[in-house]
Amino acid sequence: MADIDKGEAVDATPDAAAASLEKPLERGEPILQVRNLKKHFPLTQGVLFKRQIGAVKAVDGISFDLYQGETLGIVGESGCGKSTVAKLLMNLEQATEGEVFYKGQDITKVSGRAMKAVRRNIQMVFQDPYTSLNPRMTVGDIIAEPFDIHPEAAPKGDRRRKVQELLDVVGLNPEYINRYPHQFSGGQRQRIGIARGLALNPEIIICDEPVSALDVSVQAQVINLMEKLQDEFNLSYIFIAHDLSIVRHISDRVGVMYLGKMAEIGTDTQIYDHPTHPYTQALLSAVPVPDPESREGRERIILTGDVPSPANPPSGCRFRTRCWKAQDKCAEEVPVLAVPERFKSSDSPAAHESACHFAEEKNVVHTG
Amino acid sequence: MTTTQQAPFVPTPRAEGPLLEVRDLHVEFHTRDGVIRAVNGVNYSVSAGETLAVLGESGSGKSVTAQAIMGILDMPPAKIPQGEILFQGQDMLKMSAEERRGLRGAKIAMIFQDALSSLNPVLTVGYQLGEMFRVHQGLGKKEAKAKAIELMDRVKIPAAAARVNDFPHQFSGGMRQRIMIAMALALEPDLIIADEPTTALDVTVQAQVMDLLAELQREYNMGLILITHDLGVVADVADKIAVMYAGRIVEQAPVHELYKRPAHPYTRGLLDSIPRLDQKGQELFAIQGLPPNLLKVPTGCAFNPRCPMAQDICRTDLPALVEVSEQDGGVLPGRRSACHFWKETIHG
Repeated sequence: MADIDKGEAVDATPDAAAASLEKPLERGEPILQVRNLKKHFPLTQGVLFKRQIGAVKAVDGISFDLYQGETLGIVGESGCGKSTVAKLLMNLEQATEGEVFYKGQDITKVSGRAMKAVRRNIQMVFQDPYTSLNPRMTVGDIIAEPFDIHPEAAPKGDRRRKVQELLDVVGLNPEYINRYPHQFSGGQRQRIGIARGLALNPEIIICDEPVSALDVSVQAQVINLMEKLQDEFNLSYIFIAHDLSIVRHISDRVGVMYLGKMAEIGTDTQIYDHPTHPYTQALLSAVPVPDPESREGRERIILTGDVPSPANPPSGCRFRTRCWKAQDKCAEEVPVLAVPERFKSSDSPAAHESACHFAEEKNVVHTG
Repeated sequence: MTTTQQAPFVPTPRAEGPLLEVRDLHVEFHTRDGVIRAVNGVNYSVSAGETLAVLGESGSGKSVTAQAIMGILDMPPAKIPQGEILFQGQDMLKMSAEERRGLRGAKIAMIFQDALSSLNPVLTVGYQLGEMFRVHQGLGKKEAKAKAIELMDRVKIPAAAARVNDFPHQFSGGMRQRIMIAMALALEPDLIIADEPTTALDVTVQAQVMDLLAELQREYNMGLILITHDLGVVADVADKIAVMYAGRIVEQAPVHELYKRPAHPYTRGLLDSIPRLDQKGQELFAIQGLPPNLLKVPTGCAFNPRCPMAQDICRTDLPALVEVSEQDGGVLPGRRSACHFWKETIHG
């Protein structure tokens, strides 16, 4: 795999934008910076004279950094906007507002050739390995398809060998190159999806629920593979999932989203062992733990009701309608995502960014 | 949010013994590529008020067994060449289609995984709930609707009277699953089969729905068969567990016992391969290989190609589901394992 190493792209005419992507990152500089990112989907009424009557605020101002070689987990319930974030980072959806800086370049503003160069470095692995692979293409063609768009990544005569290498890297038999997706199991298909994501040798891979469609015994195999590949190629992952246990396992840092906003973000220990946002606490306490002994000892916070509609989110704090701590202040003032005042001067792991007026540490994962 | 306005439930007198007993059930599918033996001699039983969890991966036969109990298998291609399904002592496989239809819904009800595709999108939920009463009890439209509202209240759908005329798409995923539960409860069955009832739901909603199901089960003293692949959900609600692999039960145990000391390498592998919320491990333990193709199930123990303990005997001899005992021979009630090396697995 030595020859799929970074920085040896044979780009004959690199323009200025593409050139800036080739420069190595300085130490400690984030590879991806997301600032106040918003995506509002317009709601219209009328057939002939369409007028906008509102907007679904799927993502409503989120900011985070991603560093090289790290995994940022994003968790949240369905409808919280986590998949829209993934699409925005790939520029598959046009952002309504805000910036996504990849190595200092705002990718929400670029298009054409510059965008193509960016996409080469940011790839995606999709949730459903059954629908994300074209059933009429062989595995070899599926994995080689990125090379049709970026021919500089692999010379024509060399592609077959490269695809076989990729199959080998993800733990599939290279002889399977002429098989079709239906001849593989779910876990194997997800490996094919990962091989396709790796084909262009990206720096960032965005994984949208990559293992949720797989059987338990196969999930662990795929997670282990992803961790191995991360070490091998120094990849940065954005790992989007609703399964909090898996996110903890793979992530260095975790962001918790609720209704288009980031509720809390921090390292895995900060979020899982010292959560300060009530939503994170409720989410963690609701996870069924595979240990019947702990069912007595654990405190479970059962939220009432459903997630409100993102077209008409509650005023102030969006979580207040389901929150047991909510007071008048929560309806009036939007809490900002920052280290809570009371923890600011302490070294405690509770001192991480949390968007709650009444942030308070509460251990919900450990018992006894 | 307690519901108190409901009519008191009068338990129906029951025959002695378990509510449902599945004996040596076999189900085959005849396909172009050959015969798929989806269920291969499954035995289990549920009593009133008891929760049996059937755990397995896709293709393990857990759902097919449930469909055979409900009598909703498409036959052909399915065929039940052997076995008995005793409900309150009577073999349902020997009943006429009419008799079985009388049991379905009234005595045994099923909750499906995907509530959106199980509900009719062009009929209101009130109509669909009321249908249970109109068809089975011959009630009129008005009475049926009143009963539907009562049921929606029962499963804690807010503002039931206002929402009875809404269509399924107007409800959220969790609310739709509540409607499915309401429908299953409508005729106060003795047994509910829930096939992955919370798999499509978010964790917070999943907790709500499982709590509701457990509460209603206690209240009505129903038997519950919970089919799932999620070891977490099982740990929270089940009394006993049957683990299935390639159409057979490989381990049976009371819930606490199973998690503490698995007696089958497959169960142990499953338990080890789930990431834990309260600890960040190094590498996850992964069961090697893939679930078997049911057209070509390995000889001997079906798990042998993936098993770290496999010996020659595992490749030739099919292990029977035998009783498991303590090292000193003490009995472990309700525990069985289908492994040649169960002693090494549980005590080693």
